[in-house]
Amino acid sequence: MPLLEIRNLSVEFPTPRGSFRAVDGVDMDVEQGELVGVVGESGSGKSLTLLSIMGLIPFPGRVTADRLSFGGRDLRGISAAQRRRITGKDAAMIFQEPMTSLNPCFTVGFQISEALRVHLGGTREQNRRRAVELLERVGIPAPESRLRAFPHQLSGGMNQRVMIAMAISCNPKLLLADEPSTALDVTIQAQILDLLVELQRDHGMALILVTHDMGVVAETAERVVVMYAGQVAEQREVDRLFATPRHPYTAGLLDSLPERSTERSRLPTLPGIVPGAFDRPSGCLFHPRCKYAQNRCVVEEPELRGDPYRGQGGSLRCHFPIDWEGTGR
Amino acid sequence: MLRFLVTRVSLVIPTFIGVTLLTFALIRLIPGDPIELLVGERGIDPERHAELRAEMGLDQPLLHQYGIYIWDVLQGDLGRSVVTRQPVLHEFFELFPATLELSLCAMIFALSIGLTAGVIAAVRRNSVFDHTVMGVSLTGYSMPIFWWAILLILLFSVNLGWTPVSGRIDVIYWFDQPTGFMLIDSLLSGQEGAFTSAVRHLILPAIVLGTIPLAVIARMTRSSMLEVLGEDYIRTARAKGLRPQRVVGLHALRNALIPVVTVIGLQVGVLLTGAILTETIFAWPGVGKWLIEAIHRRDYPTLQGGILLIATAVILVNLTVDLLYGIINPRIRHAR
Repeated sequence: MPLLEIRNLSVEFPTPRGSFRAVDGVDMDVEQGELVGVVGESGSGKSLTLLSIMGLIPFPGRVTADRLSFGGRDLRGISAAQRRRITGKDAAMIFQEPMTSLNPCFTVGFQISEALRVHLGGTREQNRRRAVELLERVGIPAPESRLRAFPHQLSGGMNQRVMIAMAISCNPKLLLADEPSTALDVTIQAQILDLLVELQRDHGMALILVTHDMGVVAETAERVVVMYAGQVAEQREVDRLFATPRHPYTAGLLDSLPERSTERSRLPTLPGIVPGAFDRPSGCLFHPRCKYAQNRCVVEEPELRGDPYRGQGGSLRCHFPIDWEGTGR
Repeated sequence: MLRFLVTRVSLVIPTFIGVTLLTFALIRLIPGDPIELLVGERGIDPERHAELRAEMGLDQPLLHQYGIYIWDVLQGDLGRSVVTRQPVLHEFFELFPATLELSLCAMIFALSIGLTAGVIAAVRRNSVFDHTVMGVSLTGYSMPIFWWAILLILLFSVNLGWTPVSGRIDVIYWFDQPTGFMLIDSLLSGQEGAFTSAVRHLILPAIVLGTIPLAVIARMTRSSMLEVLGEDYIRTARAKGLRPQRVVGLHALRNALIPVVTVIGLQVGVLLTGAILTETIFAWPGVGKWLIEAIHRRDYPTLQGGILLIATAVILVNLTVDLLYGIINPRIRHAR
């Protein structure tokens, strides 16, 4: 049984013109100790999907799902108090902006110990020692003295390490990382990603890494979920996805990677933007930007179904997936 | 920190010069002088009048008088009241505890309700509670204090008979006042019913005086909380699995308080000026009422000294708030 099982997850926000589905029928499975990459442009519902797993969808958002289970436990309909026992303990999350994600009024030590105290209890001294260990574990030099530091006294990279220390403090089974390196310097980005992957392997925890950087996914993830406009467009093993992307959107994302278009002088782009709340197209949500779109795509919305193309366990939401037979790949 | 303190304190000097100059000049702009008001309607022989003026030094050029006054103030001498012949400093400290007690109670009233209402309104924004709090606080803020006081007196004292109309305690109680705070002294006296009486006397004036600060604090807390609740670190706190009470009451409020504390400091000034009106209406024997009487009697030394001392109190409070600001906001403390 997968650690995390999601079926038909939707997040809706009421708007003056009816409700808007920011996340629309997402299916996702994450196995114990697996590293799953979630990619997609801004506004594709990646962050909201993670937040709904954590139970952190802000009011007045509404989460619905046919199945939402974590560690064999149904997360739907459990009380807020029961939910909080999971949130931050078995499932933890780190965010994009380390500088604003830590409370400026409290010391780093306090914020780490707080998570420990709430979930594991423990004496002040035990938690302090554990906090030092954690800071050491995430590569912060002189951890003992850093406990008394306030977030504004540390750099962005250091703060993200503190966030990671806080997230792994209770040995979570699942870590959700929402673009953890996007706001950081390029050199620090690699360090933070390496740290996350290392922690994931050492602790055997599952990691969902949300990013819009395909390169990051290629280097780290075992499986990739490509999201578009709140839906899962395609999902499969990372090697398969990069070799033979089936969804035109995935193919478009990959084509626009500079390292993959060495022979062309101009980088191909995906024209247009992700549809927002008020310009949802009919049929397939991607059809206005899709070069393979046909009449059927305008009329009929494709379903997400299994697509074991040249591998195991992929799934796809497309009427006319790309067939790589005869292209030499 | 030390440099901050020095800069901050040195700013106090021009403030003091301004305060003394203003009160000194303004009181002398009012027609009449202390002597005329002392003798009342009987009138006084012009020669004797001139004699007395000379005795008080009122015949000197204004600038000269001001110079003498400042020189005395610098030596800690605020002069004596023209009416009672008592040292101004002594009279002030006799009466100040009454004003302080009233202001403190008004502030506690304003803070406890204002902060709570502001926080709840922010958490349940756009709810009925939110709109009610904001509507009521706007009304409270716009309400003339004296009118509000009269309304409350009419309702609670006259119609319902729950509270007394004036004074600090019933006349049947008499005891020593070692602290000057009626609530504490009445308890210390051990006289039955004294404390209850003191509380009943205090309630209405404290509510009246606290109304405007309450409204300001509630609105400020709400807007500050609204801003903070949208911050990333609140999401982090929730992601840790903290209880909502802890997220709001510790993580959010701690940050939201930073601007609110500044407002609270400014409200202390409002409280002390409001005390003048409130004390007059409720016949509360504090410095506010004392100052009003000093104006009526053209009691120059009392007025100058009293206002200078109140200004000192306001300045001290604001200084404390500035220092407090550094404590509750680590980003300021470490800024260099």
